[in-house]
Amino acid sequence: MRNRIRVNVVSALTLILFVIVFVVPFLLVLVNAVKDRQESSQLNLALPTSFHLVENLREVFQARNYMLVTAMVNSTILTVASVTGMVIVAAMVGFVLQRRASRINGFVNAAVLMGLIVPPAVVPTIWVLQSLGLFKTLPGLILVEITFGISFCVLLFRAFMATVPRELDEAAIIDGCGPLRLFFQVILPLLKPTVVTVIVVQSVAVFNDFVHPLYFLPGEENATVQLTLYNFMSQYSTQWNLLFMNILLITIPPLIVFLFFNRQIVAGMTSGAVKG
Amino acid sequence: MTAVVSTELRAVPAGRENGERRRSNYLAKAYPLWYYLPAGLLFLVFFAIPTFASFFFSLTRWSLFDWEFIGFENFRQFLSEPQLIGSLRNTVVYAFLTSGAKVVLGMALGLLLTSQIRARGLLRSLVFFPVLVSTIGVGVMFTTMMHPTDGLINTALAVVGIEGPKWLADPQLALISVALVDIWKGVGLATVIYMAGIVAVPAEYYEAARVDGAGAWSTFRRITLPLIRPATFTVITLSLIGGLRSFDLIWAMTSGGPGFASDVIASVVYKQYQAGFYGLSTAGNVVMFLVVMLIVVPLNYFMRKAEVDQ
Amino acid sequence: MAFSRRSLLMGAGSAVPVIAITGCGGSGGGGGGTVTFLVDNNPNNIAASESLIAAFNESQTDYEFTMETRPGGTEGDNLVKTRLSTQDMPDAFSYNSGSLFQAIRPVQNLLDLSDQPWVDRLAESFPDSVSVDGKVYGVPHGGSNSGGVWYHKPTYEELGLEVPLTWDDFIANAEAAKSAGKHGVIQSYGETYTSQFLVLADFHNVATANPDFAEQYTANEVGFADDPTAFRSFEHVEQITKEGLVNEDYVSTTLEQALAYLATGEGAHYPFFASGISEIEANHPDQLEDVGFFALPGDDAATNGLTVWLPNGIYIPGTAENPEAAKAFLAFVASAEGLAAMAEGAQPTGPYMLTDVPLPDDVPTAIRELQTYFDTEGATTPALEFVSPVKGPNLENILIELGTGSIDAKTAAQRYDQDVEKQAQQLGLEGW
Repeated sequence: MRNRIRVNVVSALTLILFVIVFVVPFLLVLVNAVKDRQESSQLNLALPTSFHLVENLREVFQARNYMLVTAMVNSTILTVASVTGMVIVAAMVGFVLQRRASRINGFVNAAVLMGLIVPPAVVPTIWVLQSLGLFKTLPGLILVEITFGISFCVLLFRAFMATVPRELDEAAIIDGCGPLRLFFQVILPLLKPTVVTVIVVQSVAVFNDFVHPLYFLPGEENATVQLTLYNFMSQYSTQWNLLFMNILLITIPPLIVFLFFNRQIVAGMTSGAVKG
Repeated sequence: MTAVVSTELRAVPAGRENGERRRSNYLAKAYPLWYYLPAGLLFLVFFAIPTFASFFFSLTRWSLFDWEFIGFENFRQFLSEPQLIGSLRNTVVYAFLTSGAKVVLGMALGLLLTSQIRARGLLRSLVFFPVLVSTIGVGVMFTTMMHPTDGLINTALAVVGIEGPKWLADPQLALISVALVDIWKGVGLATVIYMAGIVAVPAEYYEAARVDGAGAWSTFRRITLPLIRPATFTVITLSLIGGLRSFDLIWAMTSGGPGFASDVIASVVYKQYQAGFYGLSTAGNVVMFLVVMLIVVPLNYFMRKAEVDQ
Repeated sequence: MAFSRRSLLMGAGSAVPVIAITGCGGSGGGGGGTVTFLVDNNPNNIAASESLIAAFNESQTDYEFTMETRPGGTEGDNLVKTRLSTQDMPDAFSYNSGSLFQAIRPVQNLLDLSDQPWVDRLAESFPDSVSVDGKVYGVPHGGSNSGGVWYHKPTYEELGLEVPLTWDDFIANAEAAKSAGKHGVIQSYGETYTSQFLVLADFHNVATANPDFAEQYTANEVGFADDPTAFRSFEHVEQITKEGLVNEDYVSTTLEQALAYLATGEGAHYPFFASGISEIEANHPDQLEDVGFFALPGDDAATNGLTVWLPNGIYIPGTAENPEAAKAFLAFVASAEGLAAMAEGAQPTGPYMLTDVPLPDDVPTAIRELQTYFDTEGATTPALEFVSPVKGPNLENILIELGTGSIDAKTAAQRYDQDVEKQAQQLGLEGW
């Protein structure tokens, strides 16, 4: 009995603390996103006296010649293309790496590790992109994003491949499957849970990426949503309502992903620790 | 940026199968090595070549079109200019501060959220969600909250009669303020990693401890702590690698200021790039590479050893 | 031991004309056709250029001009250089005057315009910034800008103050304002670049004390730490912050807040660009006549004068397909009608560089009053960045370190001298 009361008290206190620490900041964004310029400049949590949701939305979208719309299109293309590329390319590596003992496996493993630890060399990458004619282009950035995402994806796929019984491959081969059909029609469908995890985790990462677009895709017509927010920061340094509206808009996609794929995200991000 | 990373760092690649040589012909057919090709090509062109090139270009004065070999001049500059050497110190401080806090807080929250506390699911979601929010968005959010006079934090402190510090406007405090936000944003990941580690501890151990009459503290110290060591290593490795490379949050909140008070290597790399000093910027990249290697590799060696000893 | 990739570029360059010919198909031939004007994407420049082009197209029937925009900053510098070296530059383009102009190899790349009728009408401080060996290559693109001190006129009247001609008078005025409960000097480190004006706008005083400063500076013979007048600029920053003449929240104050302090009279002085007028006009239209602007004073009242940021030049590349059209366009830019058309798109932020064209009447008083400096012989000096290519990227942050008391003036000046070294070496200047 006493124990239960104690649990209740601790729970209530924790909840209050969590709300203050983790909810209030978002509340601040939400409340101020619908205020007018004057009220939002107070930067407080007071409820708005009048709602300017539609107005602020319109203004954010229209700013700088509909830059946010361009940015959303760019970010969507970037995210979809990069993640698709990562999944296919990395699954192929993870598959062979786990299944076939080969002399270059050690090399591949080392490369994967390097990809995780080594900070990318920025200007030389620009130099490479420029000599390929890919600097400041969306395809160029997509290839870079895929490259920097491969390592993590390979690890996840390799780990999951280990749980797919080898007998399955053998059966498929006896049935006359070539390597392409074996991989794309037999194995890849089985990897679906990992594919979902990879898609979810990497979509969020690519969508939220700021550094790579900043370096490799400069220029207004190329803006991504994160760059747009960053640019708005200096442009709207006193129009907090619009700035907050912008934050609100770009927080919605991760929020949706979080609501629907909470389990996969957490699984994807912690799978290493469990096996520890 | 996930937990798999550190497991990988620590575990010698497993799953190498022996005694299968006779099936090598069949293997070659079913698991063709050219499957490595697309990934390998990307890796070579956009990662390996730039990385190797960086060692060369860090020794040059470079304009992307022309370069001039100047030996270790860029590195000399890096180590002699106060604002550049300051960034080196800030990087290490930032990485260790955020990483240490994430270990302590993540472990505490992990324990709390695996206890009998109510509304665990909700609490876990609350602490984890910031991990998924855009760093720039979080930066803007907290920049407003940390405003010395109008910000939410200091107005709240004023209500209870405390005059809050100037946060980002105070050169002494700017780096720490950003680190606090980094911790706020990243502690959720540490927490779920710890939660996974804690649930994986077999219940029998706790049973045995109870039978032995161990108290809560000694159970934690003797059983939980050693058994969640892998989670601790994961959190440390991840947040150190992340912290040493950290750029976007700092750039969004202070741009390295006031003055150079919160400059880190990554922001210096960007500033030199902006100024057109491509050789110096690349040297900064090499310095960052060395710092990451010098800290992460020995640490991993040590942690792997600790795990084996266990 | 310098290796160059120029030979490689030359090899690639031979393919370019072919592409250019096929790329521009219909527009190349004949006297008419479309001509492109390249400007940087600063919103004011775009607005002014749009109305300029519209007015030019209306004024004649021979040529049709269109606008193309390019990024500003280093990215823009590289783009201009690349397009010139690949012979891909539109027939007229706007680019910085002064030392950046010198860096695009005017003699090889640009058309000599010395014979154009507008050359004789240029204001005394401009031609040098677009000339090599006495040959003029560009026409001024709109009005000038200046660096100096904004002040609040009603405060000056109230306290019986006069526009200061020496630094000590200026400090006395700031102290008087402070005693009256106002910010003596507004600073806004929240927008880092605004920290530089006490140094950059002081250049008129540096140059009058040592007319060869720019030349010696470029040759690494003198620096901010060892030239006494130049060093004074750094001491000024230290003085106003140390003596508490600045607004209390100066480390986090933004430009917009700073201009609000000024317009509403909460602060008496704000060192900044004259072009701040457009922000004041947008946010405080009713206070537009309450603000005035004076040159940053030095030690000697007799040599008081203004540091001027010259407008861009508009140039014609040597490879222009239609040089006659471009020349007609440049002549229009130098005419009263052309300048009036630009002013309709975006108001000028200072006097024109053409002696016979006055500012329009609807320009705020503070800006029109600047004409006095321009009409006085020797009372205007182009800013250092127009007369020397040496400029370090970190001045703003070094001054913030100084202004927040992290370092002293001597250290700050030394650090800045060290900072410019990188730039000079990157440019391959002699003596570094």
